[in-house]
Amino acid sequence: MADLSKANAAVHPSEAEGVAREPLVLNNRSLGWITDRICGIVENRQPFIWWVLFVPSVFGFLCLLFSLVYLVSTGVGVWGMNHPVAWGWDIVNFVFWIGIGHAGTLISAILFLTRQKWRTSVNRASEAMTIFAVMCAGIFPGFHVGRFWMVWFLAPIPNSNAIWQNFKSPLLWDVFAVSTYFTVSVLFWYIGLIPDLATLRDRAKGLGKKLYGFFALGWRGGNRQWRHYEMAYLILAALSTPLVLSVHSVVSFDFATSVVPGWHTTIFPPYFVAGAIFGGFAMVLTLMLPVRKLYGLEDLITAKHIDNMAKIILLTGTIVGYAYIMELFISYYSANAFETDAFHMRILSGPYTWAYYCMFFCNVIAPQVFWFKWSRHNLWMVFIIVNLVNAGMWFERFVIIPTSLARDFLPGQWGYYSASWVEKLLFAGSFGMFMMLFLLFLRFLPVIAISEVKGVLPESDPHYPDWKHLRDKRRVSSK
Amino acid sequence: MSNSSSSSTELFGYVAEFSSATDLYHAAEKVRDAGFRRWDVHTPYPVHGMDHAMGLGKSWLSALVLVGGITGSMTALLLQFFTQVSLYPTVVQDKPLNLFTIPAFFPVTFELTILFSAFATLIGLFSLIMLPRWNHPLFNSPLFSKFSNDGFLLVIEARDPKFKREKTKELLSEIGAGKIEEVTY
Repeated sequence: MADLSKANAAVHPSEAEGVAREPLVLNNRSLGWITDRICGIVENRQPFIWWVLFVPSVFGFLCLLFSLVYLVSTGVGVWGMNHPVAWGWDIVNFVFWIGIGHAGTLISAILFLTRQKWRTSVNRASEAMTIFAVMCAGIFPGFHVGRFWMVWFLAPIPNSNAIWQNFKSPLLWDVFAVSTYFTVSVLFWYIGLIPDLATLRDRAKGLGKKLYGFFALGWRGGNRQWRHYEMAYLILAALSTPLVLSVHSVVSFDFATSVVPGWHTTIFPPYFVAGAIFGGFAMVLTLMLPVRKLYGLEDLITAKHIDNMAKIILLTGTIVGYAYIMELFISYYSANAFETDAFHMRILSGPYTWAYYCMFFCNVIAPQVFWFKWSRHNLWMVFIIVNLVNAGMWFERFVIIPTSLARDFLPGQWGYYSASWVEKLLFAGSFGMFMMLFLLFLRFLPVIAISEVKGVLPESDPHYPDWKHLRDKRRVSSK
Repeated sequence: MSNSSSSSTELFGYVAEFSSATDLYHAAEKVRDAGFRRWDVHTPYPVHGMDHAMGLGKSWLSALVLVGGITGSMTALLLQFFTQVSLYPTVVQDKPLNLFTIPAFFPVTFELTILFSAFATLIGLFSLIMLPRWNHPLFNSPLFSKFSNDGFLLVIEARDPKFKREKTKELLSEIGAGKIEEVTY
């Protein structure tokens, strides 16, 4: 035994120096254990708390449907928007949800390209979260156009009016960016799911076998399939990486290319992207902390994963804080009366200063706790901070969108905007829809990418020198 | 060893189980060196370096994706120029109605390049790995279904010119296979 560990030290110089990396899967779990644990979530009865969450979520979804039907049947006047604030909660919520989506693609694509192996435990759930968040996001601009049944005008198809879309408009860029983002995210997610659907297929019986088998497309896990599959995964990651950066940049162009003081800012694209990743990681942790506890996934989503994500939240939150302060500085430095006034009213004399300070506290000050290791390892602390971030990111969009519009160039145009109950119900309902879809995902699909987690076990590397030792150790501990 | 198959049905090949990725890797090297062509290893996850052990080259899926990407960019540029410059010229913010308006077309061009590349990846992948194919002789084998859990399997097909009913089985045991199963059509 002693000789063996000495031999290991020779193979792994990093371990000899005492800087061994923490294992990604704790307690020496075997391949079979991983399959059983993750598939078990789908195969066994859901815990009671799943139903406790699911029933209100469905109710929330029904509220969403009701508020939309009420909106369409009555007219857009039921929303609180009017001159001068024509972009209210609907666009705030759109940017909020689309931002949340960004963490999923970041984890699945950017962390894949940078070979961050810890991503394997959280990428599936975050990709699902991305798709559901973008679905929620799509509702808002769709109904924001006023006549929902005219939404097809956004698509560049020949029509009897002989009118074409204005391709120079950032709003049309946005249509292309968001729809491409949704489509590519779904493709990426589905291609990632195929091997795991095959695992579920091979374990299921009856109708489940047919359904999972249908969607697994007859996957056989041969290396002649894997090699193309891995290339496809790499390519999709390489495509999604610039895509995710472009999507929120284009969303920020909706504002940055206009002339409204407070919107007309060149810092918007990087600031929006950093904010999106920030808010998205907060939502990933909001969802994964309970899931991990509820389904006993502590060996797969370890303290290290939470620690890493908390660090990313700290980094991106600090970038966002830099952007807030830089915006203020540039408005002062520009010596442009409208710019200076817009930001003066944003932080001191305007009607929405409370929103600014909510945002600043939640997004910049609260995450600074994550400098300390104890806070990143205290799950309640992490949960509280990430929920503050969720709220803070909503306030950020609120601060940018309605408060800039409420204080335009001419004082005669000034106004105050507050949302009506229909908008509030719609926003609450979008959370219901999001949660409902996520809970259904937990119920029917593997929440962790089974094949990817298996690939990061030490023994999965065919050149791992010590797999026999590991296997023997596992045999002893299982006895 | 299972001998469940009757000799009257046609043999598809052998499924052999190995105990670890390392064993399978070395077995694959030996099968490659023995000169087999119609064989594959089936694993729960892609095994690092297995392409080399099997003597397979780099996937050329990326070439298909390049074609998809170029199609996407061209589609977007043509769509925008054709509609904005010749079919329905729209003057917005005094932007020019000629080639110099191209920066305004970049975002949509970029998005469609990505979109078409992603679809090319999907379609190219399914063509190269020949999926969907819901029915396959390997699904008749009880041993085979272990591949999606923790099985490291090597399959040699009877169609391979080097395949000999007894000899191939001996080869598989020699290179360290545990269970060996005959799969029939």
